[in-house]
Amino acid sequence: MNALLRVEGLSVQFPTDRGPVRAVEDLSFSVAAGETVAMVGESGSGKSTAALALLRLIEPAGGQVSAGRILFDGIDLLALPSRQLRRVRGGRVGMIFQDPMMALNPIFTIGWQISEALREHLGLSRRAARDRTLELLQRVGIPAPGERIDQYPHNLSGGMRQRVMIAMALACRPSLLIADEPTTALDVTVQAQVLALINTLKDEFGMAVLLITHDLGVVWETAQRVVVMYAGRKVEEGSVADVFERPEHPYTRGLLKTARLSEDRAGPLVEIPGTVPNAFEMPRGCRFAPRCAQAFARCADGVPPDIKVAAGHDVACLLAERAS
Amino acid sequence: MKGFLHFWRRFRRNRAALVALFVLLAITLIAIVGPYVYTVDPFEMMGRASTPPSKRFWLGTDVSGRDMLAGLIHGARVSLLIGIAASLCATLVGLIVGATAGYYGRAVDNILMRCTDFFLTIPSFVLAVVLIAIFRPSVTNVTIAIGIVSWPPVARLVRAEFIAQREREYVLAARALGMSDIEIMIRQILPNALPPVIVVSSLLVATAILTESGLSFLGLSDPNVISWGYMIGVGRTVLRLAWWMPAIPGIAILVTVLCINLVGEGLNDALNPRVQRR
Repeated sequence: MNALLRVEGLSVQFPTDRGPVRAVEDLSFSVAAGETVAMVGESGSGKSTAALALLRLIEPAGGQVSAGRILFDGIDLLALPSRQLRRVRGGRVGMIFQDPMMALNPIFTIGWQISEALREHLGLSRRAARDRTLELLQRVGIPAPGERIDQYPHNLSGGMRQRVMIAMALACRPSLLIADEPTTALDVTVQAQVLALINTLKDEFGMAVLLITHDLGVVWETAQRVVVMYAGRKVEEGSVADVFERPEHPYTRGLLKTARLSEDRAGPLVEIPGTVPNAFEMPRGCRFAPRCAQAFARCADGVPPDIKVAAGHDVACLLAERAS
Repeated sequence: MKGFLHFWRRFRRNRAALVALFVLLAITLIAIVGPYVYTVDPFEMMGRASTPPSKRFWLGTDVSGRDMLAGLIHGARVSLLIGIAASLCATLVGLIVGATAGYYGRAVDNILMRCTDFFLTIPSFVLAVVLIAIFRPSVTNVTIAIGIVSWPPVARLVRAEFIAQREREYVLAARALGMSDIEIMIRQILPNALPPVIVVSSLLVATAILTESGLSFLGLSDPNVISWGYMIGVGRTVLRLAWWMPAIPGIAILVTVLCINLVGEGLNDALNPRVQRR
C-alpha cells in the first residue's frame, strides 16, 4: 500500500518542572491517498497532540517531537526547513479545528481570511482571490455567499463558521485534511451536516482525511480505518468493520460498550472503571492494565508488542498473543 | 468605512472628548498655518521688554522685548511636532519589543523584559536630560531622547496583549495555513492588540509635550527654535513682576495636554467598549 502519510515511532513530550511528560509515545500509523482514517481516544489520550505534531504545530505550544519520522508523500516533515514546511501547511495539508469560533480571527471578515490563505499559497490577486473565495463558500454550502463574504465570524452560526474553516483548509485543494474534533463544538444536527460535507468534498477532491474524534458513531459513519489511542499509545488499529465487530483490545471493547452503538441499548449505562493514569506515574507495562479486568502478571512487565490478529488489524495486547 | 462610522458614533457619545478633539484640531491648525498668517519672527526684538498685553502686542512682550503671540504660535508647532513624533517613536519601539517578547516568550521574553525593566528603573526625565547632555540638543535629538525614555510602558502593554492572543486558536489556525511568525504577528495578532495601544500612545503625546517643556525650561532643547517650555523658562525670572509671561505658555501647555488626555479617554471608550463607563 502506498501511503500518503506515514508516521513511524512518533513520540511527543512536554518539558515540565517534574521532568518531561510523554504525551504521545511510539505512535506508528499510515493514511493512504483518498482514505479516511479516524483516531479515537478519550481526552488526554494524545490524539490531538499527535495531530498537531504532524505539521509541527506542537513546538510553539511548548512540545517537542523527541523521536520518530513523519513522511508525507515521501518527504520527512520533521527534517523540512521551515520555509518549505509552511508551503505544506495549508497547501498540500489542510487542517480544521474543534472550535470554529476561536479558530477564526474575530476582527476580519471571513472573505478576507479565506482570501489570505489563497494569496499566501497561490499568489492570486485580490480580485481573483475574492472570486475563488465566493466559489469556495458556495462549495461548502454557505447560502448567499455574496453577502456572507463581507461578514465577521460573530455574524455566523457555529455550523457556518465550521464551513468557513473547511473552505479555508480546502482553499488550495490539499491532498490530506487533518480534522481535529471538527464537530465536537457543534449541535448534533449540524454535526451530521458538517460530516456529510467533509465526506462529499473528500470524494470530490480525492483527498485523504485524518479524523481526530472521541465519538465512535462518527468513526463508524465516516472512516475506513481506525486507530485507537490510550494514554499516549496506540492500542489497536484496523479497518472500522474489523475493529468494531471483533475488537481485540479490552479498552476498545470497553469503549464500544460505552458508546452503545449496537442493539444492546437497553439497561444501565456502562463505564470503564478507573481513570487514565497520571502522566508522571505511567505504568511500566501496558498502560491500560490497572483498569483491565483481564490483566495478568506479565501485563505489568513491559510494553506489549503490536500483534497482528488479521490482515491490517493490529493490537497491542498480550491477550491476543495468548489466544494465537 | 463602516467600521470607522461605528467608531465615530461611539466616540461622539463622550462630549468632553468631542470638545477636546475640536480644541486640539484648532491648536493643530494654528500650529500649521499660524506662522504664515502671523509673520512676526518670535526671536526678533519688537518693542520694549516685559510689557503687559496691549493693543500692539496682544499677549505682551518677554524680557527681551520679543512678541509673545509669535512665540506661542511658533511654539505650538514645535511642541506638537515633538510630542507626536516622540510618541510615534516610543510606540514603534514598544510594539517591536513587546510583540517579540510576548510572541516568542521564554528566553527572548526574559531578555527583552529585563532590558525594559532597566529603562523603567531610571527616572525617565533624568535619563532624557542625560541623553540630551551627551548629544547636541536639536529637535531630532530631543524627539529621539523622549522616545527612548517613553517606550517601556508601551512594550509591557503590547507584550501582555500578545501573550493573551498567542494562545488563541486563530493563531494556531493561521500557522496551520502556512503563515510565518512575522505574518502572524503583524497581520493576525497586531490588529487585535492595537486598540489599547492606540489609547496609550495618544496619552504619550501629552507626556512627551510635558517632557519637552521641562527640557526646554531647563534650556536643554534646541536653541534655534522657540517652544512653550522655553518661554516659561524665560519668564521664570520675572514671575513676580510679570506673572502673565510664564502663565500664557503655561496655559497653552495645560490646555493642550488636557485635551489630549480627554481625547485619549474618548478613544478608550470607543475602542474598548467592554470597559463599562460608570
